[in-house]
Amino acid sequence: MNTTENHLIFERSRAGRSAVAQAPRAHATTAIPANLQRKSAPGLPAASELDVVRHYTRLSQKNFSIDTEFYPLGSCTMKYNPRACNSLAMLPGFLNRHPHAPASHSQGFLHTMFELQEMLKDVTGMKAVSLAPMAGAQGEYTGVAMIRAYHDARGDSERREIIVPDAAHGTNPATAIMCGYEVREIPTDASGDVNLEALKEAVGPQTAGIMLTNPSTVGVFERRISEIAKIVHDAGGLLYYDGANLNAILGKVRPGDMGFDVIHMNLHKTFSTPHGGGGPGSGAVGVGERLLPYLPVPHVVENGEDGYRFATETDYPETIGRLSAFAGNAGVLLRAYVYMRMLGREGMQRVSEFATLNANYLARELESAGFDLAYPERRATHEFIVTLKKQAKELGLTAGDVAKRLLDHGYHAPTTYFPLLVPECLLVEPTETESKETLDGFVEAMAAILEEAGRDIDTIKASPHNLPNRRFNEVAAAKALDVVYLEPGAQDGEPAPRTGTSG
Amino acid sequence: MPFIPHTEEDIRAMLDRIGADSIEDLFDEIPKELRAPALEKVPEGLNEMAISRLMQERAARDGMASNFIGAGAYEHHIPAAVWQIATRGEFYSAYTPYQAEASQGTLQLIYEYQTMISRLTGMEASNASLYDGASALAEAVLMAVRVNRRSKSKKVLVPGALHPDYRRVIHTLIGNQGIELVEIPFDETSGQTPVEALAPFADDDVTAMIISQPNFFGILEDVDALTGWAEQREIPVIAVVNPVSLALLKPPGEWGSNGVDIVVGEGQPLGAPLSSGGPYFGFMTTRKKHIRQMPGRIVGRAEDADGKPGYVLTLQAREQHIRRSKATSNICTNQGLVVTAATIHMSMLGDEGLTRVAEACYANTHALVEKLAAKGIKPRFTGEYFHEVALDFGGDAASRVQAMADAGVLAGYQLGRDYAQLDGCVLACATETKTDADLEQYVTTCEQAKAA
Repeated sequence: MNTTENHLIFERSRAGRSAVAQAPRAHATTAIPANLQRKSAPGLPAASELDVVRHYTRLSQKNFSIDTEFYPLGSCTMKYNPRACNSLAMLPGFLNRHPHAPASHSQGFLHTMFELQEMLKDVTGMKAVSLAPMAGAQGEYTGVAMIRAYHDARGDSERREIIVPDAAHGTNPATAIMCGYEVREIPTDASGDVNLEALKEAVGPQTAGIMLTNPSTVGVFERRISEIAKIVHDAGGLLYYDGANLNAILGKVRPGDMGFDVIHMNLHKTFSTPHGGGGPGSGAVGVGERLLPYLPVPHVVENGEDGYRFATETDYPETIGRLSAFAGNAGVLLRAYVYMRMLGREGMQRVSEFATLNANYLARELESAGFDLAYPERRATHEFIVTLKKQAKELGLTAGDVAKRLLDHGYHAPTTYFPLLVPECLLVEPTETESKETLDGFVEAMAAILEEAGRDIDTIKASPHNLPNRRFNEVAAAKALDVVYLEPGAQDGEPAPRTGTSG
Repeated sequence: MPFIPHTEEDIRAMLDRIGADSIEDLFDEIPKELRAPALEKVPEGLNEMAISRLMQERAARDGMASNFIGAGAYEHHIPAAVWQIATRGEFYSAYTPYQAEASQGTLQLIYEYQTMISRLTGMEASNASLYDGASALAEAVLMAVRVNRRSKSKKVLVPGALHPDYRRVIHTLIGNQGIELVEIPFDETSGQTPVEALAPFADDDVTAMIISQPNFFGILEDVDALTGWAEQREIPVIAVVNPVSLALLKPPGEWGSNGVDIVVGEGQPLGAPLSSGGPYFGFMTTRKKHIRQMPGRIVGRAEDADGKPGYVLTLQAREQHIRRSKATSNICTNQGLVVTAATIHMSMLGDEGLTRVAEACYANTHALVEKLAAKGIKPRFTGEYFHEVALDFGGDAASRVQAMADAGVLAGYQLGRDYAQLDGCVLACATETKTDADLEQYVTTCEQAKAA
């Protein structure tokens, strides 16, 4: 291996080298007052264009990705991201449009966003949609903030609690706190549904609402959702739908018809916009009649003969407000639009149908290979849970071990240790874009790991073996915190960051 | 079927294995009465050729006017390599690096990003990014409240010359947490936030203070004086900065005697196209001593079982997936792909390139002001400015701006929308992308629009 293989871009820097073809011509110095000027150069890399291209191309090759590996990361919907969505969102006309360009120069973009809102309304059964939230977690914040605005506007401000099932995503309770609410957790019953008795006990005049994912994070459809909606509504609370698992039910059943008052959608999951190594996402929200006045701005409305325009605070005086400096992650929204138009009406249902077919097939195959399903008597939705409780006890094989060994076999690991209520769990979501051969290959790898655990657990415990790195010491990393590179021998006054804890 | 690989044979074999007669049977746990009606607003599917044609028509409709609008989002040249590499499938279609061994590309890149943005802002630590500049500021306010345990008031000083939509966003995002946002007025002549404006708060319990450099009007603030005022009172300072300007301007880590506590800003000028307002990314840097109060993902250097260095997500105990209701924020993703582009962009430019860009922006905007002054259009404020300027168009600003747009020039952002006293003022920005001919076109269309 080349000894510079693991070098940082800074270690590839040479003073005096640069990609000058990329810089504008030099200008005379500015008249900025001396006390406001920078005294020493920041210390960005000094590299040629080829240095940079090669460095980041090589780095990219150290990633697992959907384009290179099966990536059954539960709850994340790692489906194929069609390339056309990317290239069409990056047409020069879209890339160069300034967010404050006048409506006269924005009709192509605004028309597209209006149609996206209409399509999302249709597939979710909601009355209106705002595309403003920039990620799922921000969509959640938006939804709960609207619930609070609704209660506050009615003078019903004694409602202090948001109910969250114990299986919920961590973002749910964190969001409720950010909205100034208290969190009340309720348990899940043995079959994976919300415990109705616990819910009935939990609701009351203090209930602002409930946050639910359906299908839930344990990978089953909440069958008594109508009853839940009635219990919460009768207590004066509202229902929030976490759209993380919308892929499972697209075109089959709509959150609006289930009784939800507000939902967020993860366009980077269900509508196949890229995950990008952790964002950008897009967390569009939909509302029913009651929450319409509080919808975040801006969103696109029809404007008579002039086509379309952004609605603002003037149109929605009771809006919860703005969530970003401009209008949300527009480029992500364009990708979602292209995806929906390519799939079309009939394609929406196919998403949930084949996601469900793949999950149920994979669940049965893994069961035959000797793995235990957490909810074997239930129909899997688009994902399902394998529990290694038995193998952990008998063989010392944990969910974390399986995850690491799978990497050696060329598969990204499923989600591990979530939801928290199932011991030693793997949450597996194959998505609809994977073929039967891929699923069969994954089952073979899982069976091989199980077989290996019986005779050589140590090799598994020490895995991965075939990747750029073996397991990391994360505890040591968090203690001896190193989050910024320091040049060797960096001293005070040099353009490297200071190492002290103050001044 | 678009993007679905199953053959008829596959479907049959898989259903047999499951023990179901049809795919429809797999949905038998959903109550019949809840089943969705036929979709009405989603049209028939289009093939790639047809959707390409449609999108090209839509994109073309918005024209390619010469853009002089800034107001928080700036037109810069992005080297071709930046997005070609950022959209490689290995970056584009990966997710949050939960499995560190299989994500070293993204993790090392974020570590490099954290280093670059820390150096640019003169700070010691950075997170992996937040959604955008405005939401990053909201997170910074919440962080400052956590950092300043001494203060009981939750009172935060916010300059009136801060981007008005940033002020709206922080109000939306922290409004439910009992934090009081107090506006500091700007000087109507200079456009600066004078340190004298802070006098009324001299003896108050203030939890944190925001300084924007340059401010929304493009004006340079006396950051040392403002920071010094806060330092005397041990009030944490949050700096909101334009990253390109930092090639020329004193970094917030050096403001006052000891530098600020938290720096945030809009990362868009570092390689993200205007793209109708997003996706961009918000950056956040801080002092090492505050790092445990910082929201969002953080990447740290680590050693593996062989002692080989690599990178991991670190300090995860701050985050929602571990701490749930006690997390520092509900944030989950960052803006990974845009940060990927920004890291490549900063590497391509280097110190020299970024300095040249900043100088060219400065020179072009000042040249535009000179040309317009000869035609009687003057800056509204007397303060020094970086690459953006409030121009006094006078009473017919709105119709003039529209007439210029119709002639192919987007003249700027109309400040009357947010500041009644600045009605008739247009905030304009000429970056390095503008040629002398572009500046001339601005002046000519501006003259013609007045005549019309």
